[in-house]
Amino acid sequence: MSPTIEAQGLTKHFGEVHALDGLDLTAESGRLTALLGPNGAGKTTFISAVATLLRPTSGTLHVAGIDAATHPKEVRRVIGLAGQYASVEPAMTGKENLEMVARLFGLDKREVKQAAGKVLEQLGLADAGDRLVRTYSGGMRRRLDLGASLVGRPRLLLLDEPTTGLDPRSRMELWEAIRTLVADGTDVLLTTQYLEEADQLARDVVIIDHGRVIASGTPDELKGQGGSDVIEVRPRWGRDLDAVSEVLAGVGSEPPRIDHDTQRVSVPVTGGADQLSSVVRLLDERSLAVDDIGLRRPTLDEVFLALTGQPIDASDTDPDASAAA
Amino acid sequence: MTSTTSTTALDPATTADTLPATKDAATGAGFTTAALATGRRTVLQFFRTPQLLMMGTIQGALFLFMFRYVFGGAISTRGDLNYVDWLVPGFLVTVILWTGMGAASGVAEDSSSGVYDRLRSLPIPRAAVMMGRSLADGALVGWGIFTTAIIGFIIGFRAHGGIGSILLAFLLMLVAGYAFSWIFITLGLISGNAQAAQGMSMLVIPFSFISNANVPVASMPGWMQPFAANQPVSVIINAVRSLMQGGTDVVGIGHSTAYWVALSLVWCAGIFLVFSTLATARFSKTQ
Repeated sequence: MSPTIEAQGLTKHFGEVHALDGLDLTAESGRLTALLGPNGAGKTTFISAVATLLRPTSGTLHVAGIDAATHPKEVRRVIGLAGQYASVEPAMTGKENLEMVARLFGLDKREVKQAAGKVLEQLGLADAGDRLVRTYSGGMRRRLDLGASLVGRPRLLLLDEPTTGLDPRSRMELWEAIRTLVADGTDVLLTTQYLEEADQLARDVVIIDHGRVIASGTPDELKGQGGSDVIEVRPRWGRDLDAVSEVLAGVGSEPPRIDHDTQRVSVPVTGGADQLSSVVRLLDERSLAVDDIGLRRPTLDEVFLALTGQPIDASDTDPDASAAA
Repeated sequence: MTSTTSTTALDPATTADTLPATKDAATGAGFTTAALATGRRTVLQFFRTPQLLMMGTIQGALFLFMFRYVFGGAISTRGDLNYVDWLVPGFLVTVILWTGMGAASGVAEDSSSGVYDRLRSLPIPRAAVMMGRSLADGALVGWGIFTTAIIGFIIGFRAHGGIGSILLAFLLMLVAGYAFSWIFITLGLISGNAQAAQGMSMLVIPFSFISNANVPVASMPGWMQPFAANQPVSVIINAVRSLMQGGTDVVGIGHSTAYWVALSLVWCAGIFLVFSTLATARFSKTQ
């Protein structure tokens, strides 16, 4: 089976801005691929190109084997898009929203009713189906929006930051819904700024920055690429953070990072367990009490930092969203 | 699962069997189905959003009251008509413009909120989305004119023309409302967000007030009169007023009623051709 998405040397210029700058990406069929990157990396631009909302400046793009530049109409028959904002109509019921989109996908009257009912049930919205969307919570709207993108049973779902702005519980519910879809055989391309999300959902993760792919692989492979394991220490008392950091600086391959929120100090190391025991000894010599110490694989966050030299910041609004609008 | 409505009480097995197969490409809706389905959304949005539904009606009623009772005494019309009989036909035509402001911000809202992104990603003719919008906006203009006419009737307006002419006047307003809706759709598409669309829609103020809708053009300064007398809104008002009140002599203008109706239709055709082309091209274009 041909890959769901195959992009080669894709560029998209908005005047001086190179939103995509030679992006090569292959998303295999039968799995969820996560596109991970900071604001302005080009995630939304890429999704928009796959959804045939944007025409790339150069390069080739195939969706389910179809050339998106020459046959955009055929591409639209096999995709479902859920954009960054829930674009369901508040003045219509959940069912009416789904039925409208189902009709636009070309289903006949009977199929429309069935597909809408099935999707409402699938997303846990059956009881709310006859209520106006105006009365829905943010999480319910996002789920309904996801439903609208899949009510036409597309081969490929495109989800642009589907959980941005959701509370943790709604996020989990949406993740569960997405997992079920993938298990049922739908291919998914999802963009996210949340490393945890990519880690949780994706079989393949593609990290992009400045419109280019900087790394790709399974979450585990990427953690391997991000290089070294990490020693992480949580001192018993917050005042010891700096002292612990000094100790770790002596063994680390890079300067240690202090996370004041979680009261932890971490440092990448190359020597593994040997270095862990020397850290324990050094801390003991300086009488620094610790609650927790361990050697672990790097998180995707650290991988991203190692690859790009800057952390992912999920707090800003996404400028490439407005550029693509 | 707790008890749901009876419509979902299908046998799960048959439901699953009759759903379209996962890997089949969607056929996509045709032009008419897509236009009606998306147009229906706009109409429902209007009638189920109390702010939208009430704001237009109240705004129209307030303006009508002010002109009828506050300014009306100071305005002398030519011809044989009472001011209220002269005012209301013109006012009804300007309802097209005031309703259109809402259309522009609605379109801008759909552009910026991702609604149009989804619709553009679906296997439907993109032009159908614009067609649906214009049909819905035309219908909403019809609703606005209908409610304003009732308010006009309550404050003393009477039409003195023949019943056929009066119906023709309403029909002409519907045609004009449909044609003008394309202007506002275009404004909404190019403005990008609802606030900017509202700002751009301020354009309706000169077209609504520098016209013969509320006061006779002859009372305006000489340099303003050529625009006020000949801009399309005034032309349509001349046609509607003459049709409703029984001829151009009664309302105090030159030419025949047929002349003004024909000129109005020419304007509407021109506006429709230019702006439907612009809006459809803009919406359909892949950047």
